[in-house]
Amino acid sequence: MDNVILGLPMYYYVAMVAKVLVAFVFVLLSVAYATYAERKIIGHMQVRVGPDRTGPMGLLQPIADGLKLFFKEEIVPGESNKLAFLLAPFIALVPAFLTFAAVPFGNTIEVMGYKIPLQIAAYYDTGMGKVVDLNVGVLYILALASLGVYGIVLAGWSSNSKYSLLGGLRASAQMISYELAAGFAIIPVFMLAGSLSLHEIVKAQEGFRWFIWSNPMTFVGTFLFYVCALAEINRTPFDLPEAETELVSGFCTEYSSMKYAMFFMAEYANMVTVCAITATMFLGGWDGPFSSTIPILSPIYFVAKVYFLMFLTMWIRATVPRYRYDQLMSLGWKVLLPTALCLIVLTAIAGSLGFNTFFG
Amino acid sequence: MPNPFTPIIQGMKITLSHLFKKPITLMYPEVKPKVAERFRGLHALKVSHNKAKCVACYLCPTVCPAKCIRVEAGEDENHDKFAAVYEIDMLRCIFCGYCVEACPVDALKMTGEFELANYHRKDFLFVKERLLEKK
Repeated sequence: MDNVILGLPMYYYVAMVAKVLVAFVFVLLSVAYATYAERKIIGHMQVRVGPDRTGPMGLLQPIADGLKLFFKEEIVPGESNKLAFLLAPFIALVPAFLTFAAVPFGNTIEVMGYKIPLQIAAYYDTGMGKVVDLNVGVLYILALASLGVYGIVLAGWSSNSKYSLLGGLRASAQMISYELAAGFAIIPVFMLAGSLSLHEIVKAQEGFRWFIWSNPMTFVGTFLFYVCALAEINRTPFDLPEAETELVSGFCTEYSSMKYAMFFMAEYANMVTVCAITATMFLGGWDGPFSSTIPILSPIYFVAKVYFLMFLTMWIRATVPRYRYDQLMSLGWKVLLPTALCLIVLTAIAGSLGFNTFFG
Repeated sequence: MPNPFTPIIQGMKITLSHLFKKPITLMYPEVKPKVAERFRGLHALKVSHNKAKCVACYLCPTVCPAKCIRVEAGEDENHDKFAAVYEIDMLRCIFCGYCVEACPVDALKMTGEFELANYHRKDFLFVKERLLEKK
């Protein structure tokens, strides 16, 4: 295990592959069962039972859905732009999974004497004696989040259908305007943490100094970011790009079979990712009771926070009706964006006057 | 400007409270719904003294707006008129209940049976044996 490849010890590569596998499987399973959980939760919120026919309590429903979509006929509209049409689902899906690379899902654990930080894009530098991770993690996440919209816009445009085009146009306008507010909403976080690295941001929140309650500005920022994140991943109060009642199915109207499933997976993978980012930035990431002394507990706290936030998105979906397009735009540009800008200024002023967080 | 948060929070409270309510879903194939007493489902020919009460008076096929009833009269050993053939085509029947109303000898009724789906057209033709009241 002491072999060195490209200047890094062998265990680094082994740990990396293991972490990628674990994170990928976690996201995939969460995506599959998020669909089931959503149907169950919304069902019960509407005093129904939700899916219960496939397997005990309908637990095999995601597998049945997947198989059904897999065996369906693949339809490519005759007048569509074939290349873009085939490419779009991948462009939508891949960034959703890639974002997870920068998210720390646990504290540094020790396996066979080697320290392994539970974050894909990170390793433990024995020379410096600390965890080195992507130092522009936040930037990386924002960049990938904005890539996801290309898949949707391409899908809408290449389908050569009016509904799809309208869905794609809405998606581009909505995602671009809410990305701005979401980006600004997390600026106070790295002003306080003093770093763009997600590892450092979680470290700054260790010991229950979570940003959601350690500073009034980040408290507002939490909700602001969460709302913007919902808009960015087209979740319900802001699901205009695929508004069923108006646009049939929006940008994915012309898609069928596995390509449709990929858009579906992208939506839920984005949901997992966005909840993971919110948990990392504002809810202390993997921090929880004894997470520093017993590092193996930390992934459990992280998963619990992510699942809580996902439950919240489903809860919101069961409650809040869709915004009208002009309401969406005025909310984004006239309310959320100015609020986010105010938060940045207030955090800066408070910081220069010596107030960072309630915990000093 | 009204407070935009309270309505959302109120709504969220309501949906959360519903999450813990018992679902009102009827688990249909396992649990059958209780049909109303006067529900108009599949017909049944009433039986009395071990034979159908029908006297083949042709009032029901006459009144039937869908023309789905076919009756052919016959004569039994007591030289009484009886329905040798009594068929209802359930694909045409509109469940109006006029046949039951028209019957002068109260030989016909409608049951609560509503699961009438089938795989073949011929299975929708209910002959006399299938229509006889089950005791």
